[in-house]
Amino acid sequence: MSTIKVYVSGDSAALAVGADEVATAISAHCAARGLAVELIRNSSRGLFWLEPLIEVATSAGRIGYGPVVADDVPSLLDAGLLQGGGHPCCVGMVEELPYLKRQQRLTFARMGITAPLSLTAYEAHGGWAGLRAALAIKADSIWQQVLDSGLRGRGGAAFPAGIKWRTVAQAQAEQKYVVCNADEGDSGTFADRMVLEGDPYMLIEGMTIAALATGANQGYVYIRSEYPLAFEVFSEAIRAARTAGFLGSDILGSGKRFELEARLGAGSYVCGEETAMLESLEGKRGIVRAKPPVPALAGLFGKPTVINNVLTFAAVPLILERGADFYKSYGMGRSTGTLPFQLAGNIKQGGLVELAFGVTLRELVFDFGGGTASGRPVKAVQVGGPLGSYLPESQWDVPLDYEAYAAIGAVLGHGGLVMHDDSADLAGLARYAMEFCAFESCGKCTPCRIGSTRGVEVIDKIVANQDRLPHVALLRDLCDTMANGSLCAMGSMTPLPVLSALNHFPEDFGLLPEDHQAS
Amino acid sequence: MSNPPFTPPDMDAVVTEVLAERAHLPGALLPVLHGVQDALGHIPRDAVPEIARALNLSRAEVHGVITYYHHFREEPAGLHRLQVCRAESCRAMGAEALLAHARAKLGCSEAQHLSADGVYTVEPVYCLGLCASSPTVMLDDRLHARMTPARLDALLAGKSGT
Repeated sequence: MSTIKVYVSGDSAALAVGADEVATAISAHCAARGLAVELIRNSSRGLFWLEPLIEVATSAGRIGYGPVVADDVPSLLDAGLLQGGGHPCCVGMVEELPYLKRQQRLTFARMGITAPLSLTAYEAHGGWAGLRAALAIKADSIWQQVLDSGLRGRGGAAFPAGIKWRTVAQAQAEQKYVVCNADEGDSGTFADRMVLEGDPYMLIEGMTIAALATGANQGYVYIRSEYPLAFEVFSEAIRAARTAGFLGSDILGSGKRFELEARLGAGSYVCGEETAMLESLEGKRGIVRAKPPVPALAGLFGKPTVINNVLTFAAVPLILERGADFYKSYGMGRSTGTLPFQLAGNIKQGGLVELAFGVTLRELVFDFGGGTASGRPVKAVQVGGPLGSYLPESQWDVPLDYEAYAAIGAVLGHGGLVMHDDSADLAGLARYAMEFCAFESCGKCTPCRIGSTRGVEVIDKIVANQDRLPHVALLRDLCDTMANGSLCAMGSMTPLPVLSALNHFPEDFGLLPEDHQAS
Repeated sequence: MSNPPFTPPDMDAVVTEVLAERAHLPGALLPVLHGVQDALGHIPRDAVPEIARALNLSRAEVHGVITYYHHFREEPAGLHRLQVCRAESCRAMGAEALLAHARAKLGCSEAQHLSADGVYTVEPVYCLGLCASSPTVMLDDRLHARMTPARLDALLAGKSGT
């Protein structure tokens, strides 16, 4: 009997629900029964509601079983797991699952298929084609392709990546840097973590292309300390890529040099802001810098620096491989390409859904997410992390596109969607937004440092019905000051969740509809 | 199974070793502090002067960095460290009740993260990145998702038994 390939994910989210125990049980029971299996620890498909997910390679494709627990393994083997046999946990052909089949996976095409650190698997699934294409053309042509693709920063600010790259490329300096912001602190997001743990060479390839485009020879990846496995896997990927000649002093024999180092953050949310991250990389407190100068001209250690999010760099290899027009054929308006949406919170089928811009929240929450985990009605969806707005049902049909969201006072941010059911207290969540801002504020700007604490107090007074209407007016005034008087998004965007909660769910603050009109 | 008697690593030796390995890095302070805390469990105040001297910084600058970042600690944590996520995604799935349960069970509070017997440290954390499987905790070095008070009790019982 030939050896059968069995896949169990080694992603943090799979491990946290018992994937290691499942993998151990498969090895042990197969050994005891004399069954020849090759157990591969792959990345996760991002179908997290099915994890731990076992996939078995059959002649027709991979058959999935999930969610399973270690104790299911004997009955799975009895049912013919290794031949793709029927079992209550069997979900059929994984790639035929509507959740996966209906996605447009460009960046996450390899996710769940390959073993993260296998250079062979990476190359066999299209890896390094973008880097080879970049090495064959001039630096100017590289950033021009990225510019033409319309790729915008996926960290939240949505600034055109090509313009940033061009600025760095045209800056005159002995030393330039490429820095990847992997300080993925937004609740409801995990796409960066999946790339770092599941397809690390894709990020290395994207950053190396950025280095070739701009003339940088040193790169850093700033990974948050809450992601220890991501740091470990990514650091190992750097070593392996360097040994194989994809990094180092002579990239693929081109004579071009690029060195890369992973650095660990230390639990500061504001270090996800690019200038605070630079301070942190320089070994200082992560305090926001005033701009200008922009980091593209005076960034890390004062040198011209490309800073992009993980997903921005990760989109680049495909753009170089397939061309700007291919990438631009996805999306709508000025939001080109795809965004890996992350379905989180109170959701039945949480996971990663990569789709072109233009899909609606309603499609994501119901067609993919299947509604709430609790089975209760969805009340609000927070889009774009802790600094994003809470959207009521009346806004769920707005296309997810940077401009369409800006028009309703919302943001896409890093693509995280956190669902709340009808038991959620939006006044409590607004208070939490202020509390979080107070906890994480770097302290540089007064509106953020002091305003956030005052915001908690004012919301408490509104909820306790102490001079409610004057305090609502005061809260709006405070939010205006924070939005317009803070240097970075921490202080200036905390008003988004607060005011969207107040505007769309006034009853949670004890306001009657007529009070709300008056306020 | 009985554990061997615990011998704390020698602070000076750890600091010397970490500095030898990392002091040359550009912007070395965070990597150095991580190295010291990984080895000792915290960054003792007595370690600050040597770190400052080696990196040509003032003691105030080093102290400022240690106290700025939530990850770094100047005091030892308990034998076991439980981090409970209280960010939005986990809140939507009952994280506040889970944190309250953990604190009540282990004798900790918002003001007092270390239990009276010094065995547990219970800390809030703001996102562990497993938001599709909320709520989430980290117990020592292991992540656990889809957590409930009952499952947490079972996990803690496993720790107490060792």
